[in-house]
Amino acid sequence: MRNLKKTTKNAANSGTVRKVLIRIRKYWIYLIASIIMAAITVASSLYVPILVGRIIDQIVGPGKVQFTQVTAYLIQMGVVIGITAFSQWIMNICNNKITYQVTRDIRDEAIEKIETLPLKYIDSHSYGELVSRVIADVDQFADGLLMGFTQFFSGVLTILGTLIFMVSIDARITLVVVCITPLSLFVASFIAKHTYEMFHKQSEARGEQTAIIDEMIGGQKVVQAYAYEDEAMEKFDIINEKLQKYSLKAIFYSSITNPATRFVNSIVYAGVAVAGAFSAIHGGITVGQLSSFLSYANQYTKPFNEISGVITELQNAIACAARVFELIEEESEVPDKAEAKVIEQMDGTVDLSHVYFSYVPEQKLIEDFNLSVQKGQRVAIVGPTGCGKTTMINLLMRFYDANQGEIAMSKVPIQDMTRASLRAGIGMVLQETWLKAGTIRENIIMGKPDATDEEIIEAAKASHAHGFIKRLSNGYDTVIGEDGGNLSQGQKQLLCITRVMLCKPPMLILDEATSSIDTRTELKVQNAFAKLMEGRTSFIVAHRLSTIQSADIILVMKDGHIIEQGNHESLLAQKGFYYTLYQSQYAHV
Amino acid sequence: MKLIWTYLKAYKKESVLAPLFKMLEAMFELFVPLVVAQIIDRGIGQQETGYIMKMCMLLVGLAIVGLASSITAQYFAAKAAVGCVTGLRHHLFAHIQTLTFSDMDTVGTSTLITRMTSDINQIQNGVNLVLRLFLRSPIIVFGAMIMAFTIDIRAALIFVVTIPVLAIVIFGIILGTRPMYRNVQAGLDKVLEITRQNLTGVRVIRAFNKQDAEVKSFKTANESLNRMQKFVGKISGLMNPLTYIIINVAIIVLLWTGAVQVDTGKLTQGQVIALYNYMSQILIELIKLANFVIAVTKMLACANRVETIFAIQPDMTEGNISYEEAEQSSPSLEEPYAVEFRHVGLRYKGAGEESLSDISFAVKKGQTVGIIGGTGSGKSSLVHLIPRFYDATSGDVLIYGKNVKDFTRKSLRQRVGIVMQKALLFQGSIRENMQWGKKDANDAEIMEALRISQAKEFVDKKDGHLDSYVDQGGKNLSGGQRQRLTIARAVVKQPDILILDDSASALDYATDAALRKSIREMKNSPTVFIVSQRAASLMYADQIIVLDDGVVSGIGTHDELLAQCEVYQEIYYSQFPKKEVANA
Repeated sequence: MRNLKKTTKNAANSGTVRKVLIRIRKYWIYLIASIIMAAITVASSLYVPILVGRIIDQIVGPGKVQFTQVTAYLIQMGVVIGITAFSQWIMNICNNKITYQVTRDIRDEAIEKIETLPLKYIDSHSYGELVSRVIADVDQFADGLLMGFTQFFSGVLTILGTLIFMVSIDARITLVVVCITPLSLFVASFIAKHTYEMFHKQSEARGEQTAIIDEMIGGQKVVQAYAYEDEAMEKFDIINEKLQKYSLKAIFYSSITNPATRFVNSIVYAGVAVAGAFSAIHGGITVGQLSSFLSYANQYTKPFNEISGVITELQNAIACAARVFELIEEESEVPDKAEAKVIEQMDGTVDLSHVYFSYVPEQKLIEDFNLSVQKGQRVAIVGPTGCGKTTMINLLMRFYDANQGEIAMSKVPIQDMTRASLRAGIGMVLQETWLKAGTIRENIIMGKPDATDEEIIEAAKASHAHGFIKRLSNGYDTVIGEDGGNLSQGQKQLLCITRVMLCKPPMLILDEATSSIDTRTELKVQNAFAKLMEGRTSFIVAHRLSTIQSADIILVMKDGHIIEQGNHESLLAQKGFYYTLYQSQYAHV
Repeated sequence: MKLIWTYLKAYKKESVLAPLFKMLEAMFELFVPLVVAQIIDRGIGQQETGYIMKMCMLLVGLAIVGLASSITAQYFAAKAAVGCVTGLRHHLFAHIQTLTFSDMDTVGTSTLITRMTSDINQIQNGVNLVLRLFLRSPIIVFGAMIMAFTIDIRAALIFVVTIPVLAIVIFGIILGTRPMYRNVQAGLDKVLEITRQNLTGVRVIRAFNKQDAEVKSFKTANESLNRMQKFVGKISGLMNPLTYIIINVAIIVLLWTGAVQVDTGKLTQGQVIALYNYMSQILIELIKLANFVIAVTKMLACANRVETIFAIQPDMTEGNISYEEAEQSSPSLEEPYAVEFRHVGLRYKGAGEESLSDISFAVKKGQTVGIIGGTGSGKSSLVHLIPRFYDATSGDVLIYGKNVKDFTRKSLRQRVGIVMQKALLFQGSIRENMQWGKKDANDAEIMEALRISQAKEFVDKKDGHLDSYVDQGGKNLSGGQRQRLTIARAVVKQPDILILDDSASALDYATDAALRKSIREMKNSPTVFIVSQRAASLMYADQIIVLDDGVVSGIGTHDELLAQCEVYQEIYYSQFPKKEVANA
């Protein structure tokens, strides 16, 4: 069972690796260059200690120095150094290029995917999680990839190269090195295993503390209003001390790794020194060769530690890449049909016939729903909070597709027209206002990028937004931050209305917001809405009695179902849910 | 820097011992090349196998002592760093607790949270690293140089030249690329912002068919990030080749000089090898040193940010009267008024205009006051002055004839119960949340408060009743449930003044009415302030204050205001259209 799990995991990993390789293939020239340069770098840098050893052998003692030989070797050394540095630099550039190009390509792929993802997918994932895939995961992946290229490959080559060079000098001393080295890996992994637990506990305690900080500082006004400061401090201190305990352990244990591997390295070094010295006495090797050996011994354990570091880093990178690919490979929404029509001017009629819809199969929401709306009619959607009023918006805008049945606008089924022309025909104002980072103007002209200043101001005046925009520091060119920055909720709402006002679409979908705007501003917004709705087919998620009363059709929704349909009078006469709702919400206490 | 020092002082012993032991380790490492030189010159040169064994045992001994002192040092460093930061965190939290509402508004909650968490963690890493490296790395680098001097002055001069050249290259590249890395970070933030925007605004973007434009702007940002990354990569990619060249050129010179010195008999072969080994040791330590400098500058930046929080002095003075004294010393129920505002004005820190101006009114004990007005008209600001969340910038706020500034804040807030607009609950059981109001409240008291706030019914339905668990912020409860629980939390206190700041907005009219009724019937008959947008919620108050843009535009009963106050009429009729009012 465990093995099975492991193999499937490995299969998934190799799948991810293959996908990464496919994306690297575009840059194969750089990859080949990088590999060749790495090989040259390793070989030439390993050759230097040998040259040094030979030079040392030429400087045996007073009056016995072979200067011509020394000079010749020194010149050789200079050339080799030049080659090493140059090939290393080229390798670095190639690795950078591959890594950053590939991550750029992956991010581009990701955003293109996001634009075509079905709303269903986006609605069921948190934004933070998706953003972190595109940003943090790709970054982690880039780090891992870069490190993998620069260190993994050259690390392996270095180990192999060192072994070859060492064996070529003296096989027996090499054996000493090879026997002691695994000790270093063993010690490192032993410590790592034990620190992992401590780190885990530390991060748990840290999480706990962050939660308390978040709560108490985030809710400090309440804390102060209840004079709860002392209790808060007490709670904080308990966790603070716990964190101290775990942090100390985690930091201490993890910081043993370096001294411990350094210690193993020193032992290797001492071993080489003994073996080498004895061999030198018996004429097995020269002093210079011993010196070469000692430099190798010094470097030899380094790539081992690096490689074990790189392997965890690479595993992490592959996990990150897998998350990104999962997003990229997510299925896009059904594309527009090849013969989909472009409707230039909608006539404002909407017909729903036998529509079935549910978000999840187990929970049926809309069943066999029929509705016919004439041009210019107003449809009010009412019901208690959370009754699924946005479902209607989702269907009409084709954010979600109906499971069965047909929705037609201008007598054309919406599946048979392009999404672009459907959405261009409908103006939408949602309760959750959304503005993009940019200027006020950029936000207003979203639906009509070529609008003139006069048109913009006219629209802003009609929606009562002109007044406050004028008072902003730079008027229409004021830059607002992500999601409106310091504009008030009411102001944001007015901007969203202006945005639609400018496009003059034949149909409207409005979500009446009541909570965020005070009643007097709301009156202005209502006037703006009324103006907007003149002669246009409108669907309104309604909260206000007057809107509901004046609607041609009222859809009453409860728990996601449309349970009643009619106008104000006929629904009251039914004495059904609408009647009770009306009594409880609008009849006065 | 001073800040860190203050908290490190408690760990004086550890802070001294850690670097000292680290220094010992470094010194033992420096001996190694000398021992190797001895092995070559004496051991091999004179073929003394016993001597070689002895020297090798010495090498092993040096390694063991080095390991021991290093581990000791790591322990002390970790202890000092963690301890220092624990103290710092405690005091920062305590300090933040003393900040006033207006301080909190200026600094911002999220800033405070980052200071408490990631900044302090950075400081911990920094302190740990400083204690470990600030003696070790310089000692290895300069120690190697000094050792070179003890061997041969001419060869040592090569060290004198090489070290600064290496330092310039390493520090130059690392410090020089830092601003570029900041640019890369900024570029990444831009890409992040666009990605986020495309998710939060997905409906609007698709409604306006803006997908292509968004992809284009993403790609532009992504491309510029890519260019910056490649540029920085090219420069920092120079580091390894350059340092490699420098150190090896130095070795070439060293070998040549060594050859000359050996030839004249001033140096031995083993000593040349020792010099060569010292040169090799320098490079690694210098790179460590450069990274260490970065960690320190980062730490100092974090410490400065934390220091700015400590520098904020709460902008309120503490009074010395207790609320109970004032309550009891008031001669009669009529006089003085329970709450009185005399020409009160409020200007928030940094704001250009006053949010409240010239507000005057008086409330008798036990009365109910309604406050109504549009968004931003100053309703919340007005009631926040009563528990002294903010100080009036002009005029006086009086409770039982005493200025609120003269009360001790603790006693004032214990007797004034306020339910804020944002219904915030805390992690823990419902009981624990209720006990915020009164530490030792028993179940009967809590149930009574829940009954008054109309919360009893749904609490009874929950598994575990009072013990049922509330998530952080009360996320597992509906808006209306949260509001009722926060009201109950204030009622448990049996406050003398109860303020409901638009805190029944999620309740339906019937529940709202029942709530108001049960509050009127509370045994200790508190003075009640109700802030609301709904005229229906405060129609029956003893007096209603109508606010418009921070100014009182009318005070009176419902009937009086409906007859005279234009703003009130406008609000009232927008909620109860005339036609319907006539029908009703």
